[in-house]
Amino acid sequence: MTDIASAATIGATVDSRPVVRRRKKRITGRSIAVIVFLTICALFFCVPLYVVLTTSLKTMDEIRQGNIFALPQVWTLEAWRFAWFEACSGINCDGLRVGFWNSVLILIPSLILSIALSIVTGYALALWDVRWAGTFLFLMFMCAFVPFQIIMYPLIAMTRSIGVYGTIWGVAVVHAVLAMPVLVLIFRNYYKDIPQEIMNAAIMDSGSFWRIFFEIILPMSGNILIVVLILQITSIWNDYLIGVTFGGFNTQPMTVNLANMVTVSTGTASYNVDMAAALLTAIPPLLIYFLVGKFFVAGITAGAIKG
Amino acid sequence: MPRVSFERIHKTYGAVSILKDLNLSVEHGDFLVLLGPSGCGKTTLLNMLAGLTDVTDGRIMIGDRDVTDLDPKDRGLAMVFQSYALYPTKTVRGNLRFGLASARLSSEEVDRRVAWAAKLLQIEPLLDRKPAQLSGGQRQRVAIGRALVKHAEVLLFDEPLSNLDAKLRTEMRLEIKRLHEELNPTVVYVTHDQIEAMTMATKIAVMNNGVIQQFGTPDQIYERPANLFVAGFIGSPAMNLKKARVAKRDGLVTGHFGNGQEILLNDYRFAQVPQEGAEIVVGMRPEYFGVPDSPVNGAAAVFDLPVAYTERTGSDATGYLRFDEGLLSLRVEPSQAARLAGGQKVRVAFPPGKANLFDAATGGRL
Ligand SMILES: Nc1ncnc2c1ncn2[C@@H]1O[C@H](COP(=O)(O)OP(=O)(O)OP(=O)(O)O)[C@@H](O)[C@H]1O
Ligand SMILES: [Mg+2]
Repeated sequence: MTDIASAATIGATVDSRPVVRRRKKRITGRSIAVIVFLTICALFFCVPLYVVLTTSLKTMDEIRQGNIFALPQVWTLEAWRFAWFEACSGINCDGLRVGFWNSVLILIPSLILSIALSIVTGYALALWDVRWAGTFLFLMFMCAFVPFQIIMYPLIAMTRSIGVYGTIWGVAVVHAVLAMPVLVLIFRNYYKDIPQEIMNAAIMDSGSFWRIFFEIILPMSGNILIVVLILQITSIWNDYLIGVTFGGFNTQPMTVNLANMVTVSTGTASYNVDMAAALLTAIPPLLIYFLVGKFFVAGITAGAIKG
Repeated sequence: MPRVSFERIHKTYGAVSILKDLNLSVEHGDFLVLLGPSGCGKTTLLNMLAGLTDVTDGRIMIGDRDVTDLDPKDRGLAMVFQSYALYPTKTVRGNLRFGLASARLSSEEVDRRVAWAAKLLQIEPLLDRKPAQLSGGQRQRVAIGRALVKHAEVLLFDEPLSNLDAKLRTEMRLEIKRLHEELNPTVVYVTHDQIEAMTMATKIAVMNNGVIQQFGTPDQIYERPANLFVAGFIGSPAMNLKKARVAKRDGLVTGHFGNGQEILLNDYRFAQVPQEGAEIVVGMRPEYFGVPDSPVNGAAAVFDLPVAYTERTGSDATGYLRFDEGLLSLRVEPSQAARLAGGQKVRVAFPPGKANLFDAATGGRL
């Protein structure tokens, strides 16, 4: 009885003890420096973006007044409409939409081709006993550092000889080939983390290269696929050099379209149209970031093995 | 005809030789345990049988088929791995089904086998979970289930219980034993746990440095170890191995230890009697010593030795006596252990016919 009573008092004293408050975080000189630095960084990107956005929504008359930081007096989407439907690239005056659809047509086969080739190669190199795998990987690694300009001319000759030069397929093939080294290394390193015993079990259970790939490995690849997808969409969409070199006259991607519009302007420069066109070109990668960006970080940090 | 046999197996990695001229065969329905210290080549041997590692030289037979160069899936084997190796993105059901991926079976037959294995291993409620949602013991059951659905003639296990806690290990040990009795497949089981080996095996192959030291039933291995390595490796606490010199007098063969103690060896079944003065090693199991300080008659050896310390392990206790430079261990009743105080001298007796004798130079059994 006394025991219980004393236990109760102890409990009470414990409860009634004043709660120690956590100290408030003080603002130190260091954190001020960090905040200032980050603010400058943010401004560095935001100010030009602000100018581009507002300019694209103004009329030319307003722009000529020269106050580039002012908000539009009359908000108008006319420049956007013009850029999309009517802007001239060279002698072709059908607007950016031509380039947009070309870019989409280039993007899809390039994505499929580059990812399919490199995911299977990475899987084979990491998980199967491939003869000369080490040498092959080293070559891949070296290839990743060869500048595109050096192999550009041979590539033109090769694509011409297989008859895809100047077509959307030519651009797609070149994209796939150039992305291979880096993507194979990415996939191989990701698959290297899969325990050997799981592969051994799969080899004993099925033994089929493709069945193991599609049933076991591919479902474990979600994270890395998102990472690679974002990398590839951005780089293919933003590419200029491959598009301008390998694309035919009517199959040039949006970036080439844009460059032609902005640089070769006859008469006066229409800044609002140029700005709208630039923004239109940038929208697709941005959209991808917003949609799957949060998986991107998860994909980079997570390994292959997760339940 | 033996179910599984290894014939003159060699294995090298680069310049390093892992297995040298290894021969081993087991009969249908046997439970073979490959037992040995870490790095002795047990996994290598098992993986060669499974087809996951190439054989450098030699032949592996399963039944009357030479499987040395066959694909793993065509060998008619199933394997349970140490880390379970469940497919993380598949459910338990998916894992079991994939176990039949290479067998061309109708969908109903696959379902029937999955249901059968799930019932046998009591994992029916878990069928729709992912491996990450299972405990270690449950994962182990699923891994065993994935092997059982194949109805393979030979089942392989690579240290399947080493990631489980002690209690679960005992349970799973019984479970595997029960499955073996019920389904009677041929089993090859790798472990470095001698209790697993002694309790489950019908045959044990003790390995060291890529060489089979002894092959036999658990009793043979325990009672008649073929050499010093096996004698020291099997048994816990380990067998007392003491150097002695042979003496022959009036038809009596005795062994003289360095500290002046002696043991009568007439009851030992010598393969050949050593020379007078030959260096031998006498092996005495701790559990064969009589109760300390009890009346002695007809013992092969009687030692008067000071107590060093005692150790209690639950149901058992071990007393350690100072013997020459080293210690002599003996099993004692836990109730008696308290009586053995440090420093005090006790008299212990070793019965005749229980000693194991080895050649000190070669390590082989005499
Ligand atoms: N791929 C390899 N390349 C080179 N040496 C290897 C390779 N695999 C294993 N070995 C060596 O072969 C020897 C036997 O290895 P193995 O895995 O068969 O040992 P084990 O008996 O299973 O040991 P444990 O009980 O620790 O699992 C070891 O010395 C190991 O270093
Ligand atoms: Mg091993």
